[in-house]
Amino acid sequence: MAFDLFLLEVIVTGLLAGVMYALVALGFVLIFKASGVFNFAQGVMCLFAALTLAGIMEKTGWPAWVAIPLTIGVMIALAWLIERLVLRHLINQDPIILFMATIGLAYVLEGSGDIIWGSDVKVLDIGLPQGAVDWLLDTHNFYIEKLEIFAAVIAAVLVGVLAIFFQKTRIGRALRAVADDHQAALSVGISLRTIWVIVWSVAGIVALVAGVVWGTKSGVQFSLSLIALKALPVLILGGFTSIPGAIVGGLIIGVGEKLAEVYMGPLVGGAVENWFAYMLALAFLLIRPQGLFGEKIIERV
Amino acid sequence: MNMHSSVNSTTAFDTSSQSDQDVLISLDHVSLSFGGVKAISDISFNIKKGEIRAIIGPNGAGKTSMLNVINGFYHPQEGTITWRGKVRRKMKPYEAASNGIARTFQNVALFKGMSTLDNIMTGRGLKMKTNFFWQCLRVGPALKEEIANREKVEEIIEFLEIQHIRRTPVGRLPYGLQKRVELARALAMEPELLLLDEPMAGMNIEEKTDMSRFILDVNDQYGTTIALIEHDMGVVMDLSDRVVVLDYGRKIADGAPKEVQSSQAVIDAYLGVSH
Amino acid sequence: MFYRETGQFKTNYADDQAIFPIAQDRWGIYIILGLAFLAAPLIMDDYWGNAILIPFLIYSLIALGLNILVGYCGQISLGTAAFMAVGSYASFKLMTSFPGLDFTIVVILSGLMTALVGMMFGLPSLRIKGFYLAVATLAAQFFLIWLFNKVEWFYNYSATGQISAPERTAFMFPVTGPSASVLYKYYFCLCIVVITALATKNVVRGRIGRSWMAIRDMDIAAELIGVRPVYAKLSAFAFSSFLIGMGGALYFGVWLGAAEPTEAFGIDQSFQILFMVIIGGLGSILGAFLGAGFLWLLPIVLKNFMVDMLGLSTAFSEHMQVIIVGALIIIFLIVEPHGLARLWQILKEKMRLWPFPH
Repeated sequence: MAFDLFLLEVIVTGLLAGVMYALVALGFVLIFKASGVFNFAQGVMCLFAALTLAGIMEKTGWPAWVAIPLTIGVMIALAWLIERLVLRHLINQDPIILFMATIGLAYVLEGSGDIIWGSDVKVLDIGLPQGAVDWLLDTHNFYIEKLEIFAAVIAAVLVGVLAIFFQKTRIGRALRAVADDHQAALSVGISLRTIWVIVWSVAGIVALVAGVVWGTKSGVQFSLSLIALKALPVLILGGFTSIPGAIVGGLIIGVGEKLAEVYMGPLVGGAVENWFAYMLALAFLLIRPQGLFGEKIIERV
Repeated sequence: MNMHSSVNSTTAFDTSSQSDQDVLISLDHVSLSFGGVKAISDISFNIKKGEIRAIIGPNGAGKTSMLNVINGFYHPQEGTITWRGKVRRKMKPYEAASNGIARTFQNVALFKGMSTLDNIMTGRGLKMKTNFFWQCLRVGPALKEEIANREKVEEIIEFLEIQHIRRTPVGRLPYGLQKRVELARALAMEPELLLLDEPMAGMNIEEKTDMSRFILDVNDQYGTTIALIEHDMGVVMDLSDRVVVLDYGRKIADGAPKEVQSSQAVIDAYLGVSH
Repeated sequence: MFYRETGQFKTNYADDQAIFPIAQDRWGIYIILGLAFLAAPLIMDDYWGNAILIPFLIYSLIALGLNILVGYCGQISLGTAAFMAVGSYASFKLMTSFPGLDFTIVVILSGLMTALVGMMFGLPSLRIKGFYLAVATLAAQFFLIWLFNKVEWFYNYSATGQISAPERTAFMFPVTGPSASVLYKYYFCLCIVVITALATKNVVRGRIGRSWMAIRDMDIAAELIGVRPVYAKLSAFAFSSFLIGMGGALYFGVWLGAAEPTEAFGIDQSFQILFMVIIGGLGSILGAFLGAGFLWLLPIVLKNFMVDMLGLSTAFSEHMQVIIVGALIIIFLIVEPHGLARLWQILKEKMRLWPFPH
């Protein structure tokens, strides 16, 4: 019995870590869908957003409900700047060139964040619930953090809002059109630039959410930008263009990683978490290259 | 074991092409589908050695799929393909290539980062054998081989009259010339069967005339068997020895250009019938 | 006026296919090689050797290796540092297990071992492409580094988990270890780099190089004209890893002298080398050198400028460096996505016409 409970605890912890991966992966998917850019800077955007929020609150002492809209403003301004200074000039370039540009962008954001807000680890407290869920701990001796449940709820809400945004609004339709075919979208009068600013803004806000949750949990620091790398295997599992794929992929990676660490880790000396996700993705790729929700690609000549 | 399999293939050979000893490739009851969509259903036809065989049909009739089946890019779910008298297993594209099947593409598929010369030299890849070690040193056999093949390539360049663009990156060439370079690359393989997928699409009259002349010359001088897809009926009727007509993945006519032209089924397919 | 091929006629294909068909280019290379072999020793001291020239040569070699894979064969790799690590650890094990072995042999064997590992991680490239493959190489990055951290055999059970290079000789000259002279080290690296660059140039302009480029430009067409993707891709992975592995052996053995997996072979290192290749120019031998030189020297110049001349704090200038490098990468990609090598080519075309541009 106790053993089962332990297993359940591992799975739940994994699921909740998976939610975090999924949030970051979501930002990737949004941008990839709309602009075909594989945005390596998504992780650094999480860091940058969380740093900005923590920085504003620390320097001005303003409460979270003032600082959060301000940070959202910053992220939108950032999206605008990125479109203006980078994307606009790289239209029609190879995907690898765009990808490299986002690595450059990641460097710029990382350096600027450090210079503006300082590179020390910041505590981020915007009043999210923390600590264990007492009721479960008392009655079932079952440990879950409130924050993690909160994160799951937030993620669910975010996905719901995005789904409605994509399916029901005019902008959402335009976004899907752009994702299908840039030129065709242009020819029916959709402005690519506007779409890109919108999409990067949304990705920025998603990054802020991910950054806040992660930052509350373990402090705002450089390692936050590294979850971007963890989001890559998530994308492989879920497919680069599928929002549900990002969620499911994130959960699978989260749980798989925790299970591997707990059950395989002791056998090989631990720290399996470092590479397990990638190996899982790799194995998966060899069996099903198009991802969980992708369609089989028929090549034509 | 070996004996057994060879016996098998002989039987297949006997049944599929009893009379025509000069058949190069024959497709029997070939069907190909993607998911639920049938691209080709139950098509049989053959290509004889040394002929120019045209495959025509309205858009979406399955012509390109047919070529893709012949050079092993798609694998039909049903039917057999007999190549040089032997029933062919499921074959990879590079195997088809080393068996002497070359190909040009509907949308030019050149190697854009390379010069005309390098593109054509790539077509010689199968004829070049020196190993990695010699390639690193590029002396002795490697250099000799490189020069021998270069001479061969220069012949083709001269034949197709593209000397002036030898060093130009192919991405910078106009469309008509790109098509010609693509033909050159295919010829560099010294193929037995050359598949041309709309070699004249998007060309003006002059370029078409040139290309027609090249195709006839290739057939004439090198004795290469040619299968081509083309929409320009004038060209098809002038060039080809025999024509096969596809519509919605089915064969609706097969024969000499004249016969095909007067076939009611063909006229219906192209002009439409009132239902 | 001075850079022109007019009047230089080729009478056979061998001449026409020479590495530098234009006489001026040939002389340029002789001069650079002359400087590298004869003049460099005159200014050689610890700073020039260890801070500038030796790392430049080693990074050039590694960038050359990655360029084979990314620039010539079109397969993205984010795991370069891990393959460097394989080369380093292979050389460490060889040096400590066979003390009498000449370091040249050690470097070559390390390269070969890395080639094997590289081919193994290249296997997925037969089924997957593009970014999917990039993730596969990330698996190499994280898994291999983890392996070198966890398996004590790799670092000979040393308490610190570090590896450090013992003193070994190449052709009787000591080139590794604390007492090896900077000059020997420099010459050793220079020879290896020059020979490999030459061999690489030969390979990429022959059959194998063309098959790589064919796969890069249009893999389907390549297969249909008889290029076997298995051979082309795996040989690119093998040769690329071979160079990176040799580079790794030099990186650890000659330059660093001691290394610890997480620090010396992190993912940042992989990106750094990818940047060198991209900024230098994908699919260009010269580009690997230009890119390595540019990205290695830039931070040094920036640091000297900001810390020593402007008197800014080290931390601030470090952050500024990160920003400037990032911004430069973006600017480069926008202005000339084909890198420094293309700029050089354009300059040459201009010179060919100068002073009469029409």
